Amino acid sequence: MSASLDIRLKRANKVYHEGEVLAGVVAIVSKEAVQHQGITLTMEGIVNLQLSSKSVGVFEAFYNSVKPIQLITSNIEVVKQGKVPGGKTEIPFEFPLHTKGNKVLYETYHGVFVNIQYTLRCDMKRSLLAKDLSKTCEFMVHSLPQKAKLQPTPVDFTITPETLQNVRERSLLPKFLIRGHLDATNCVITKPLTGELVVESSDVAIKSIELQLVRVETCGCAEGYARDATEIQNIQIAEGDVCHSLPIPIYMVFPRLFTCPTLETINFKVEFEVNVVIVLHDEHLITENFPLKLCRA
Amino acid sequence: MAAVQWHSRARRYESELQSCGLEVAPVEFSDYHPLKSITVTDSKSRRGARKGSTSSSSSSSSSAAPDPLSSMLDGTDPLSMFAAASASESPLTLSQSSSTGDLGRGKRREKEDEVGVDFEPWSSKRGEILARFTTTEKLSINLFMGSDKGKAPSLASSAVSEKVRTRLEELDDLEEGSQRELLNLSQQDYVNRIEELNQSLKEAWASDQKVKALKIVIQCSKLLSDTAVIQFYPSKFVLITDILDTFGRLVYERIWSMCSDPRPLPDPCPDSFTADEVNDTAKETCLNWFFKIASIRELIPRLYVEVALLKCNRFLTKCGIQETVPRLTAMIRGIGDPLVAVYARAYLCRIGMEVAPHLKDSLNKNFFDLLGTFRQIHGDSVQNQLVLQRVEIPVYLTLYSPAIHWILQCVSYRAPEALLTEMMERCKKLGNNALLLNSVMWAFRAEFIATRATDFIGMIKDCDEAGFPKHLLFGSLGRSLACADPPEAERLPILNEAWKVITKVRSPQDYINCAEIWVEFTCRHFTKREVNTVLSDIIKHMTPDRAFEDAYPQLQSVIRKILTYFHDFSVLFSMERFLPFMDMFQKDSVRVEVCRSIMDVFIKHQQEPTRDPVILNALLHVCKTMHDSVNALTLEDEKRSLALLINGFIRMVSFGRDFEQQLSFCVEARATFCNLEPVLVQLIHTVNQLAMETRRVMRGSHSRKTAAFVRACAAYSFITIPSLTSIFSRLNLYLLSGQVALANQCLSQADAFLKAAVSVLPEVPRSISIEGKLRSSEGFLLDFINNFLSALLVVPDHPEAGVLFLVRGLLNMVQDYTWEDNSDAKVQVYISALPLLAAMSQESYLYSIPKVDSNETLYGGDPKFLAEINKLCETLIGQVLDHLKTLGRDESVHRQGSLAFSLFGCLLAHGDLRNNKLNQLAVNLWNLSHKQGYCNTRTSVRTLEFIKHQAQQPDMAHFSDMLQRLTLQSRT
Repeated sequence: MSASLDIRLKRANKVYHEGEVLAGVVAIVSKEAVQHQGITLTMEGIVNLQLSSKSVGVFEAFYNSVKPIQLITSNIEVVKQGKVPGGKTEIPFEFPLHTKGNKVLYETYHGVFVNIQYTLRCDMKRSLLAKDLSKTCEFMVHSLPQKAKLQPTPVDFTITPETLQNVRERSLLPKFLIRGHLDATNCVITKPLTGELVVESSDVAIKSIELQLVRVETCGCAEGYARDATEIQNIQIAEGDVCHSLPIPIYMVFPRLFTCPTLETINFKVEFEVNVVIVLHDEHLITENFPLKLCRA
Repeated sequence: MAAVQWHSRARRYESELQSCGLEVAPVEFSDYHPLKSITVTDSKSRRGARKGSTSSSSSSSSSAAPDPLSSMLDGTDPLSMFAAASASESPLTLSQSSSTGDLGRGKRREKEDEVGVDFEPWSSKRGEILARFTTTEKLSINLFMGSDKGKAPSLASSAVSEKVRTRLEELDDLEEGSQRELLNLSQQDYVNRIEELNQSLKEAWASDQKVKALKIVIQCSKLLSDTAVIQFYPSKFVLITDILDTFGRLVYERIWSMCSDPRPLPDPCPDSFTADEVNDTAKETCLNWFFKIASIRELIPRLYVEVALLKCNRFLTKCGIQETVPRLTAMIRGIGDPLVAVYARAYLCRIGMEVAPHLKDSLNKNFFDLLGTFRQIHGDSVQNQLVLQRVEIPVYLTLYSPAIHWILQCVSYRAPEALLTEMMERCKKLGNNALLLNSVMWAFRAEFIATRATDFIGMIKDCDEAGFPKHLLFGSLGRSLACADPPEAERLPILNEAWKVITKVRSPQDYINCAEIWVEFTCRHFTKREVNTVLSDIIKHMTPDRAFEDAYPQLQSVIRKILTYFHDFSVLFSMERFLPFMDMFQKDSVRVEVCRSIMDVFIKHQQEPTRDPVILNALLHVCKTMHDSVNALTLEDEKRSLALLINGFIRMVSFGRDFEQQLSFCVEARATFCNLEPVLVQLIHTVNQLAMETRRVMRGSHSRKTAAFVRACAAYSFITIPSLTSIFSRLNLYLLSGQVALANQCLSQADAFLKAAVSVLPEVPRSISIEGKLRSSEGFLLDFINNFLSALLVVPDHPEAGVLFLVRGLLNMVQDYTWEDNSDAKVQVYISALPLLAAMSQESYLYSIPKVDSNETLYGGDPKFLAEINKLCETLIGQVLDHLKTLGRDESVHRQGSLAFSLFGCLLAHGDLRNNKLNQLAVNLWNLSHKQGYCNTRTSVRTLEFIKHQAQQPDMAHFSDMLQRLTLQSRT
């Protein structure tokens, strides 16, 4: 009795671009023939916006305004009402990824308050006695490469007690001098973030040096907006009291799905930042923030 | 049965020998010898000749040696035909092999960059590290995962949702963080835990729980950032990298299997594919792994896991590894703890060497980075840690050795000289470089070190006293110098400088470890004088407080090394300190082992027999030590091998013409080695040989002095033999010594030996143990008796004892001996005594001993003597016939037949068959043996032929008559 429904995309990595054709097969596996009342495929791209709990009170008034934004939708009937023979049946399909009007297919992004997701759903309607079968599969959309040639924008930085802000008692701080540079703050998303960091001197032993990748999501409309920064990942680049005046590489791969090219629209914004976090042995925490601009090349 | 009258056939041994002898053909030895290998130089032309071609050139070109086989065949013998056939094929096979050789060479050239067999593999270091770095302190494992619920792995057939659910559960576990901390583990517990983790990794992988597998690996590598109980760190590293290796292999194999999914890749050669051949699914999986690893939070696990999966880069891009290795090398800079960092580098080098041995630059970079961070070792945080853990600097520094050795070994492997020099220079520039220096000496080519030995000594001397132990440095240097030779002129200064330091090492254990290594260098290049000095120094250091007791392995190795280089034992023992050195081996088992190794070398290398008193004294001492170790609990094998060694020594002792001294040596040896029977046997043989040698020197006629000497020899044997326990050794030695005594005209001594042998006979047990199994002794006894009988022919009767005193005595013993039930042995002895008696009744005997009068001369064919012999024969035949009668029953007719036949044979050969009664008896025996049809027809036929042949001889006409009466039973 058990029939299974599956969607298999042609591309192993499930990554598509605007203007391309999403192709694949619907696979039905069953021992006996399956009676059904039509198999349909739905392709949909949606931006989900959510307000953070801490700001929900303020924005309750226009809660309704952050309803999902539909980017693309398409629906086809693959097979008309009838019977699928037993065994393995594969039904090929194709969807052209074209948007209507001036809508843009944003890149797939899984965040906290902003989610951009593309799904493909296959439904098999059946008579009252049998349950309907349904299968959902996510596919990735990558935005088209940027036309303009990306100019690397190296950033040098020096961290000393004097350069710090938000310090309560500057005199209590131990002395240290940390230099470094990032090779670029406008990064290609497929290439790692690179740079170097040198601990020139430090009175207190260093416990750890980390790179914190942060997403800054802004949701809002004309009435106001909510801006939230949350951590995506934290990568340790140095552990323990590292050798002084020896450059330590800064290297971080941007995680897939959780990052996307920096995005700015009328309703929402997705931006990224990196923090260089230095933890001293006496639990002092020194952070240096660098806004990033991600793009696809 | 009426008594049979015996008449011996008169024999003319001379003429019989001539008529039986094969024709002797004179042979030209210059060009022919039967054992000379047959050479066929031109077989083809021979074949042509056989076809009848008259070409004379072919025969002239044929082999010069007249090969009897081929000339007989007038052509090629079958073997050389085969040879010719294979020769005609061989050009083809040859060319084939040469082409494969070319291929092989090409491949070799290709593989030049790769790791050869001369690269000491990690696996050999592994055990060494585990054995060396141990601890008695309590360890702890801190694991941050909890999916140890023993969940049954979901079956493959189960729906996808099931799989997803278990994965999610696993993830939940991770988030809940059922952190486990295992405290107070002993080292063994720790090792077991790690092994458990290794197992659960494999299980998780097999049950498709990839997430769990990865988690285990991450948690394990996290343990490597923990340097608590720092003495154990190297071993911990070994254990955990084993897990990482397993993981790396599993992932690689999985992705590899995905590659070959749709269309199989050339499977047998998994290393020779390019990234283009890999399908998208495999690439995607591989990429997933890398993304997953890239997001591991902590530095050390991320690093280790990425290194473990280094090989998988092959699936993605062609130059993936090439780009990754330098990045990982740089990444290690982020590790603050120098010990953790150096081991991480060692791991990277190891995997790098396995996966991409051609990437020398990254290896070098690793080493230079190591030099860059070298000062960390002496930094504050390390010092604080050491104080906290109460570990001393020298101990701490030795923890680095395995890793640095390994890195340097990788770096220096087939590296050009210039690079090595550069590296050395850079090491030199650093302060406190003893640790590096040690590894350099350990890992670089021995030749490289040897040519710069003087420089190294200088550098070692400059090192800081408080840091790395100097004896280890000298140990490493000595190790290199033992394999490669420094320049001639520098050798003595090197030894002097090195020993100046070594002799100052205070701890006996450290001292001997180092000295042991340098002994090899000393033995290799210097004379006994220097070695002697070294030995005396070792004695001086090891004697106080009986320090040698803890250093037996090293001391043994010293002896071994000396023995490898000094084969001349006179030189060896003339070293004053050699024997005192031996005295340090006070534990019995070790002592014996050392003695054994000395004797082994002596037996192997001593070519000439020796009489050097120094050698003899020393070796006697050595052998005595071995002998004295034998006690009631010693195993048979052990005794045998000891005896073998001592025998080897005894055989090598010769005093030349000074026979008396040789005898007195044997006396001394007998006293010394009384517990080892084989040695006593050897001594008796030696003495017997001595007697025969004396006889040879005196050309058979002894002077009064030599006569006394050979009697002394006989006396020696006579008193030694009874102390043997093995009955057959005793019997055989009695006989042999008796023969020797006889040969030396010591009649009464010979009598005594033979009498003793006869009197011992009844003691022969019915079964003896041979190689641990109980066997019947009958065969041995029969052999001995036959041997004995043939010796009796030449033994003259004792004037005071009766006629044929010894023969009668022997036969009496045989009669009284308790033979096995149902055995014909006794009768067989009787039958074999007949030929002896027949031979004794001849006018001139078959053989005799010069200067000894046998019975032939004593009695001169006296009829009374002959009558005595005949009477004896008749008694014997009567006994045999009686026995034959008892064998008439069914089950023993077979035995009856064969016994009757052998008596028949005996009568035929030795009896005078012109006598009718004997003739009739012979015919009866023939019929009896053929009655049951058990006899061997072929033997019968040959016997008849023999009779026919004999009948043609003069005086043998009666044989033809007899032939008429002997019928051959047909097979039916």
